[in-house]
Amino acid sequence: MHPLRLTVNGTPHDLKIDPRVSLLDLLRENLAMTGSKKGCDHGQCGACTVIVNGRRINSCLSLAVAHEGDEVTTIEGMADGEALSPLQAAFVKHDAFQCGYCTPGQICSATALLDELKRGEPSVVTKEKVELIDEEIRERMSGNLCRCGAYNNIVDAIMEVAEART
Amino acid sequence: MSEHEFKGLIGQPLDRVEGPLKVSGRATYAADWRGDKPHLIGFIVESPVAKGRIVSIDTKAAEACAGVEAVVTHENTPKQIPFGERAKGGRFAQSHAMMRTDAIRHLGYPVALVVAQTFEQARHAASLVRCEIAAEDGVFNPEKHEDQAVKPDELDGTPEVDTEAGDFEAEYGKAAHQVEGEFHTPSQHAAAMEPHATVAQWDGDKLTVHMSIQILGDGRKAFANTFDIDPEDVRIVSPYIGGGFGSKLGVHNEAILAAHGAKLTGKPVRIAQHRRNVFSNGPHRPRHRQRLKLGADANGKIVAIDHATLSIMARDYPFAEAAASPTRASYATKAMRTSHRVVEGDIPKADSMRAPGEAVGTLTFESMIDELAHSCGVDPVEFRVRNEPEKDPHSGKPFSTRKMRRCLQEGAEKFGWKGPVSRREGDWLIGHGMAAAIRPNLMQEAEAEIELSTDGHLTVRLDMTDIGTGTYTILTQIAAEAMGVAPEHVTVKLGDTDFPETCGSGGSFGAGSTGTAVFEAAKALKDDLLKRAAKADSEWKGTNSKELRIDGANIALGNRSLPIAQLGDGSGGISAKGAAKPGKEYKTMAQYSYGAQFAEVAVDAVTGEIRLRRLTGVFDAGLILNEKTARSQLMGGMIFGIGAALMEESLMDERYGAFMNRDLAEYHVAVNRDVPRLDVHMIEGFDENSNPLGSKGIGELGICGAGPAIANAVFAATGHRVRKFPIHMEDLLEHLPAIG
Repeated sequence: MHPLRLTVNGTPHDLKIDPRVSLLDLLRENLAMTGSKKGCDHGQCGACTVIVNGRRINSCLSLAVAHEGDEVTTIEGMADGEALSPLQAAFVKHDAFQCGYCTPGQICSATALLDELKRGEPSVVTKEKVELIDEEIRERMSGNLCRCGAYNNIVDAIMEVAEART
Repeated sequence: MSEHEFKGLIGQPLDRVEGPLKVSGRATYAADWRGDKPHLIGFIVESPVAKGRIVSIDTKAAEACAGVEAVVTHENTPKQIPFGERAKGGRFAQSHAMMRTDAIRHLGYPVALVVAQTFEQARHAASLVRCEIAAEDGVFNPEKHEDQAVKPDELDGTPEVDTEAGDFEAEYGKAAHQVEGEFHTPSQHAAAMEPHATVAQWDGDKLTVHMSIQILGDGRKAFANTFDIDPEDVRIVSPYIGGGFGSKLGVHNEAILAAHGAKLTGKPVRIAQHRRNVFSNGPHRPRHRQRLKLGADANGKIVAIDHATLSIMARDYPFAEAAASPTRASYATKAMRTSHRVVEGDIPKADSMRAPGEAVGTLTFESMIDELAHSCGVDPVEFRVRNEPEKDPHSGKPFSTRKMRRCLQEGAEKFGWKGPVSRREGDWLIGHGMAAAIRPNLMQEAEAEIELSTDGHLTVRLDMTDIGTGTYTILTQIAAEAMGVAPEHVTVKLGDTDFPETCGSGGSFGAGSTGTAVFEAAKALKDDLLKRAAKADSEWKGTNSKELRIDGANIALGNRSLPIAQLGDGSGGISAKGAAKPGKEYKTMAQYSYGAQFAEVAVDAVTGEIRLRRLTGVFDAGLILNEKTARSQLMGGMIFGIGAALMEESLMDERYGAFMNRDLAEYHVAVNRDVPRLDVHMIEGFDENSNPLGSKGIGELGICGAGPAIANAVFAATGHRVRKFPIHMEDLLEHLPAIG
């Protein structure tokens, strides 16, 4: 067993874990936080997306022991008690999900995306500078599959929150 | 629009009532459920061959691993009824025995299940299981084994395997315009975001499973028929399902294996299929070869239709996809012939995937109709309008409603249709195409219970499921409108076999069937409340329950009011049940929902890359129960159509019977950037022949017509017809304009 100290949604954890455990399985199995979902376990679907030190990552592709001292934010850390975050509320309003399985990953991804936009980080579709257009959101959210096909509504939800921020 | 009584909540774009749970990670899907005892974790060891017998299996090294509590093989599985037996209740209810004998059913079939304390332990130990198999030759490609093709006993959804009306050869022979083509559509996987998952636990002979399943009632029978136990001793719980699309209609391999593991260890066992498992331990849509011959007269009227399909069926698993069935209801014609043949193969279960039959049938048929319209020199929209049937061309029955013309005409208007436009913008070849959509409207039996508590809160219970379709929300709306309360005074509980049995989710029959059951339960509750009120207070005698409302902790009618607490027997709430079943209109009429879809594609003139730029769909599905969730479902269907046209195919290595692209990097589904703004319109309507709510199925309609509209647009852009799906850039390369 391997010692690991990290912070999840502001709560510090001091753990001893099997070094084979992925960050996703650490959350789901060791910490019983099942909001982050396992869709492929290969970094292909994005359902497990969490935010580590301010950046979104696929938690299934990362061994937990590689996160010594890291700050992890998951879907469980988005709401303030019963008060949903602006993105969470916008997802409900715009029907940006159907089955809901990819949703925790979509929302974690979108939350980090808003910060990427704020920092002006370009994507493959960026021309001169980052603009708040559909194409930017669609490109940046293409690592999060949604088989129910809520893509248009996901873009609407993110746009609404992004526009309110600018 | 027909007049109807629903003027309140039904139809409103209410936000999903379970939305806050889903956006905060608190909705518990099967693999999220924890319970009070720790779960053991199961990991499947898959067969590397498709057909054969296990000669020996060595589990010693696996058993010696830390944390391993059991290794299940065919040598120690509990008593099971042979796979496929007890099939009277259909394929979902039959025995789904796993590892009962040494026989391998398909590549990826489980040869062992390793059960350990943790996932990591189970996965590692599974890698140490050694299995020697005497392999035999298998059947994987129906065309290579066409000599073994048989007429199936029945098709999915209809007993009519072949049909013939009029003299096809004579009519086709003298037709002024003849087109024919051979199409290939591939195997596809539903690829729901949530892989199949089950937690099983035995308490003596009683089995409790938390799993991801669309139809609980059949699933319960499947466990009972597999383990030879009473269905009453099986409880299935499935409150949230991470997408189904047909792939979770029944139980799949991990469910039975989890029950095996739980039996052997005496502890709860959880198995979540990993993504590669899903491609062989879950179902898939089978591949088809479809041959079409169509004839029209000099006036552009269709005179002859022939649609013959060849597909594959998994051995001992009776699912034959009815790809030519939508053809039967599409256009007026003098003669029509349809047929279906299948070859039994050594493949994973072939089964329903969203719009089984229609999705692949309209893909090819509506492409061929486009060719015929071109051959006749008639605009494809006008051609379809011209050939609209007045009654069902196959059965001769009247249509309950048929708004195809309106869908076509409104679609053309919304899209700005000016014929199959073809133009060049720089290096992009632009094309417009369209297609019609049709999907049978079904109704199934369902029951529901509604309970009114003394404080005026309503709880609705039924074993229906919400697979992302919006069931929680529409049933809330129906109960709230029927009882005259605000939606926050209604709680809908789904996905538990302890609740009244329903048809579950499938075939787009869920909303209409279970919505009707809830509506009937509410009516029964109102009648009962009024009877109780008359007993409590004679002034209430002779009043009409239609106007009865719940007002806080009282029932109210006009200016009368009575506390609910005075109506019961003091033991708590008052409950009533309601039931739904298909009416005679399902026998006397042809019932369908309709649509028309219009696509603009851009094809790179140099590389052949295909980009969908616009997709407009106009649909008629009777009364829309929730404008927001219905629109979402239609969009989801349209995106499945994009996948069918341009992306999705499960490729098999036919030397071994192995699906090769067994993950989401290689099985391509549309991603956000593949999907442009979808333009969705719903025609207001009310089909009184469908059910008391006037609604029709909507979940599968959107996929119909989307694929062929895109294919027809690719033709308009390039002048080339591709008769295999999905259409890839390499299919177009030789047909692009010369460079320079």
